[in-house]
Amino acid sequence: MPYMMAGYPDRESGLAVAAAYVDSGADLIELGVPFSDPLADGPTIHDAATKALDGGATLGTTLEVCRSVAEQIPVVLMVYSNMVLAHGGASGFARLARAAGAAGAIVPDLPLGEAEDVREAFTAAGLAMVPLVAPTTSPERRAQICSVAHGFIYVVSTVGTTGERAEVPASLAGLVAATKADATTPVAVGFGIGTAEQAAEVGRIADGVIVGSRLVRAAGEAGSPQGAADAVAGFLSDARVALAG
Amino acid sequence: MMSANEGEQSTRAAVQERFGPYGGRYVPETLIAALDELTAAWVEAREDPEFVARLDLLRKDFIGRPTPLYLVQRLSERVGSKVYLKREDLAHTGAHKINNAVGQALLAQRMGKPRVIAETGAGQHGVATATACALLGLECVVYMGTEDIRRQAPNVERMRLLGAEVAPVEAGARTLKEAVSAAIRDWVANVETTHYVIGSAVGPAPYPALVRDLQRVIGEEAREQALAVEGALPGRVIACVGGGSNAIGIFSPFVADPDVALIGVEAAGEGMDTLRHGASLGAGSTGVLHGSLSAVLADEEGQILEAHSVSAGLDYPGVGPEHAYLRDTGRASYVAITDRQALAAFGELARLEGIIPALESSHAIAWILENPGADGFDVLCLSGRGDKDMAEVVSKGAGG
Repeated sequence: MPYMMAGYPDRESGLAVAAAYVDSGADLIELGVPFSDPLADGPTIHDAATKALDGGATLGTTLEVCRSVAEQIPVVLMVYSNMVLAHGGASGFARLARAAGAAGAIVPDLPLGEAEDVREAFTAAGLAMVPLVAPTTSPERRAQICSVAHGFIYVVSTVGTTGERAEVPASLAGLVAATKADATTPVAVGFGIGTAEQAAEVGRIADGVIVGSRLVRAAGEAGSPQGAADAVAGFLSDARVALAG
Repeated sequence: MMSANEGEQSTRAAVQERFGPYGGRYVPETLIAALDELTAAWVEAREDPEFVARLDLLRKDFIGRPTPLYLVQRLSERVGSKVYLKREDLAHTGAHKINNAVGQALLAQRMGKPRVIAETGAGQHGVATATACALLGLECVVYMGTEDIRRQAPNVERMRLLGAEVAPVEAGARTLKEAVSAAIRDWVANVETTHYVIGSAVGPAPYPALVRDLQRVIGEEAREQALAVEGALPGRVIACVGGGSNAIGIFSPFVADPDVALIGVEAAGEGMDTLRHGASLGAGSTGVLHGSLSAVLADEEGQILEAHSVSAGLDYPGVGPEHAYLRDTGRASYVAITDRQALAAFGELARLEGIIPALESSHAIAWILENPGADGFDVLCLSGRGDKDMAEVVSKGAGG
C-alpha cells in the first residue's frame, strides 16, 4: 500500500508515480493532499507538501491523480482537517472525493472524539473513514476506534511522525495482534517502514503495509516523471520479492 | 464505582474543551493519551493545597507578584482619559509568559516528565520556560524560527545562559507558526518523557483552558487593585492579542461584568488591506491550526497563510479558541493596529512615562492613544518590557 504526495515533485511526476503504483500491482494507493502544516508528518513528507504547494498544487491536483487511477485501484486520501473544512466541510469534501473516485480518507488530525460528525458525513457519501491506532492508544480506546472503522485500520507503528526508521519496534507485533483481535476490518501498518525487508517483516504480521517517506524521497530525487515512476516501481518490486521470500 | 471510561469523561468535563464551536483536540492519535494525562494532572493539581501553595509562593517570591496597577499620568493626559497599566513587564523575565511557564513546569514535574519543550516567537516564552526549567531542574529545548532568532538575539543568549537548548527551525517563514509545528512534532516523538509547555492560550484541549487558568492571575489582581484604588471597575480592559494569553488572562475575571468593555488589539502589520498582517480574528476564517478550531488566516484552498507583524509575538496566523468565541458572542471586540502605529507608541510611552514597552504591548498603547475612554478609567495590560525589541526598533529607524 504505497503512499504518494500529489503534485510532488511536480504535477506530471505525481501522475506518473500513481500509474507506476498501478502497474507494480499495489493493492491500494494512499494519496497525500498537500497541506501547509501537516502535524503528523516528518520532514520528508512535510518538505514534499511544501514543494508541491510552491509548485501550485491544489486539491484539484490531488483529485486529478485520484481520477487517473481510481478505476484500477482503491485510492484513500490522506487529508488534514483544515483542508476538509475549506472544501465545503465534511459533506462537501466527501462529494468531491467520491466524484474523483476515492474509496476512503484518512484524516490524521481528527482522532476519536472529534471525528464523529465527519465520519457520519463521509459514510453517508460512501467514503470510508479510516481511523488510526497508535502505540499510546489505551486498550479501551483502541476497541472503540476499531468498532467504528470503515475500510481498514491504520496502525501507527511507532511513537512519532512519519519518516524512515532504522528498525521496526519490537512492540509492534503485540499492538497489531491486539488491534486485529478488536477489528472487523483489515489492519494495515504504517510510519517508519523504509526498506523492502522492513515491509516484509511487517507484512508477515499485518494485513497491509504502508510505505510513505521512502517512496516520496525516491520520487523527489528522481529528476523526471519517468525517473520517479521507475524509482518507485523498483522499490515496490523489491518489496514484493521480499514479501514472497 | 465508575467505569474507567466514565472516569475519563468526567475528568475531561472538568476542563473546558470547547468554547462555543471552537477548541477541541485536532491532533494525531499518538498525543491523545498525553492530553488526557495532562488534563487529569491539572484537575488534580489545582485542587491540591500543596500544589496551590507552592505555585502561590513562586508567584510571590520568584515572579514578584502581584504586579502593580499603575496610573500613567502623562499618558492619560495625552490620551484624554485615565489609564492604568497592569505592569506584567515588571514580572520576572520581563513579561506575563512566566505565569504560565512556572505553572506548567510545576505540572511537568508533578507528572514525572524530566524533559520540557517549548516554542517561542519573541523569545519571551522561551526565556520564561528556560527560567522555570532551571528553577526546577528540568531539561529544556526551545524551538524558535531562524527569522525570530535574528530579530530577538538577546533572548536567545538568555535561554542558552539558563541552560536551555535553542533548536532553530528553518521551515516556512521561520517564525512562530513553524516553531509551534516543530515543537508538536517533537512532542509526538517523545511524548512519554516530555511535557510540551505551549506558550499561549492556543493548541489542543486542555491547553487553552490551562493557559487561561494560569494567566487569570493577571485579571484577578487587576480587578482587585482597581476596586481598591478607584472603588469601581474599569470602563475598558485592553490587551494585545497574538495567540492571546495575556488578553484572556486579564479578560477572564471581567467577563461576568457586563459594564466592562473588553478590547483585544491584533497586529494589522503593513495594513488590513494587505495580506501582511496578523489579525486572525479581524480578517481570518474558521479553521484548524495547531490542534484547535479557531479563527485562522488561511487561503481559499485551506492552506495556512504566513502572518506578518513587526512584533514577533503577534506574528502568528491563529488565535486562542476562546477569543473566537468572545468575538462571536460580542462579549469582546477586536481591533487592529499597524506596525507603524505600534512603533510610534513604543517611543511615545518611553518618553512620556519612562517605560519601554514590548512591541506586542505597544499595539495596545497605540490603540488607546487614538481611542480615549468615555467615562471612568481604563486598564491596559502592559504584557512585557521592550528591551528585547531595541535592535529591531532601531533598525526600523522608529521609536526615537
